[in-house]
Amino acid sequence: MIEWLNAIVQGVLLGGLYALFAAGLSLIFGVMRLVNIAHGDLIILAAYLGLSTTVMLGVHPFVALLVVMPAMAGIGYVLQRGLLNQTLGTDILPPLLVTFGLSVILQNALLEGYTADPQKLSAGSIETASLSVGGLSLGVLPLLTFAMAVAVIAGLQWIFYATALGRQFRAVSDNQDIAQLMGLNKAHVFGLAMALALAVTAIAGIMLGVRTSFDPSIGGGRLIFGFEAVIIGGLGNIWGTLAGGVILGVAQTIGAKIDPGWQVLAGHIAFLVVLAIRPNGLFPRVEH
Amino acid sequence: MSAPVVTRATRASRVAMIVAALAVIVLALAPWWAGRADLRLMGEIFLYLSLACLWNLMAGYAGLVSVGQQAFVGFGGYMLFALTIFGGLHPIVAILGSGVLAAMLSVPVAALIFRLKGAYFAIGTWVMAEVFRLTFAQISALGGGSGTSLPVDVVRSLADSRSGREAFSYWLALGAAITVIACVYLFLRSRRGLALTAIRDSEVAASGLGIDIWRTKLEVYVVTSAFTAIIGGLLFLQKLRISPDAAFSVNDWTAFVIFIVVIGGIGTLEGPIIGTLIFFLLRETLADFGTIYLMVLGAVAIVVMLKAPKGVWGLVRDRYDLELFPLSYRVRTKKE
Repeated sequence: MIEWLNAIVQGVLLGGLYALFAAGLSLIFGVMRLVNIAHGDLIILAAYLGLSTTVMLGVHPFVALLVVMPAMAGIGYVLQRGLLNQTLGTDILPPLLVTFGLSVILQNALLEGYTADPQKLSAGSIETASLSVGGLSLGVLPLLTFAMAVAVIAGLQWIFYATALGRQFRAVSDNQDIAQLMGLNKAHVFGLAMALALAVTAIAGIMLGVRTSFDPSIGGGRLIFGFEAVIIGGLGNIWGTLAGGVILGVAQTIGAKIDPGWQVLAGHIAFLVVLAIRPNGLFPRVEH
Repeated sequence: MSAPVVTRATRASRVAMIVAALAVIVLALAPWWAGRADLRLMGEIFLYLSLACLWNLMAGYAGLVSVGQQAFVGFGGYMLFALTIFGGLHPIVAILGSGVLAAMLSVPVAALIFRLKGAYFAIGTWVMAEVFRLTFAQISALGGGSGTSLPVDVVRSLADSRSGREAFSYWLALGAAITVIACVYLFLRSRRGLALTAIRDSEVAASGLGIDIWRTKLEVYVVTSAFTAIIGGLLFLQKLRISPDAAFSVNDWTAFVIFIVVIGGIGTLEGPIIGTLIFFLLRETLADFGTIYLMVLGAVAIVVMLKAPKGVWGLVRDRYDLELFPLSYRVRTKKE
């Protein structure tokens, strides 16, 4: 019994990581209706930037966030204004295919720069530290990841609904043309949204790199986990995305408990079951 | 006074058909004039051409942008192995059988992923492909995660000699490409093809004219899935070895195919043909550069999508008003 409870608790904490994968995806879809196929590869890029920073400056991965977050935000702004803004319109094909091409370019650029050898970010003693709570042993790192996910999502919620920047995001999301008439430069607002999304992606990449080893080929899988969390939780609901990540994480750890080979498959099956029963996700945003 | 007439064929399209017929004859004789390596390469080209035409029908005409067609390529490959090894079927029967099974399987798959719209549909198809890959990796009778080889007696049942087998699998690939192109062409010229083109141009207007959009898309999805599985069977009949990672590779069976169609010209029949030629030309000249080659390919696809969204063929068509496969109607005033 305690083993199953343990699997569920570990799954919930794993869900925090998936929510971090998903938060950036959810944000850019919310603001500019863009689905970024390269999102997973950008997470891996952040992990590699973290690796380079820790190696070159000799700092802890969490300190490296101070470098990686602004770097990713900068990449995001340039990418959006230089490339992705040109793909936005009524046709879904250009953004899809351009980000798909970007994904292939990123993957191979990382392969060229860092080789295919698996890498890991070393965070020292925190990696193995754990707390004992009522017979369960909780890793400090998974707890920290989950707390980070809650903080990121609360922060995004706050930015969206309590700041001038968030008001601009919501305005261009509701109606681009009228937002333009009100004096907003939508190209700039979209750039800021992508910068924010990739700053979140930087956190996701560092937490991923500290938790497991990574190589340039695993971006696609991370995109899929993030995507599943978004759909399970319901489009447009950022707290739902956290719930979606948790459900996905729990499904995976329970699957792994039954048979280690079933971990990822069990997550996909949970996603398909939700899609079959509640196509709009479990907590869709109420349309007004 | 001359009366206007409506035609589909043009002089260019008639010439193109004659050239195509001659090319098919020359290509069918390839086992007598081409070397072994060339024969193998051409077989691969025909199979990629087929995949590109099928993906183009889905994405370019039905608006179903899938990044998960590797699901059916891998499924077809695995069914070839399963039906020959456990069912004792002849490889050709097994490959056709895999097409039928794929069609049946694609209906429940579509029922699920058609709930996702646009770009989310794309990622949903990818999830499906991952489900297929992980499931086949669990089947220990087919070698689990490390895969399996086609037994010698199954390979021998195709033809006794090695050169006979190579020629046979080449003809199968050529035949598959011709069948796929002909089917897509005839389908697009038919009443249903017209419905599909209407949906591509405007879903709202099409449904206003009484076209059942969901059903038309489902038909396209089922038929492409079946054909894709058959092509998958042929691909792995050439390779003689299968593993989950090779069978369900998103790069090999979807990324390359998408680049082919985008560069050649999406939503045209000529596009995939031009795209396949460009793709293999690039691959044969740049393959030594490995990862750089893939980056160049991705960059070319992005530039084409942004600067010339109709691809190379779109540029040619706009410039010269050419149409090698006559799909549109033309009104001309007949000269006395």
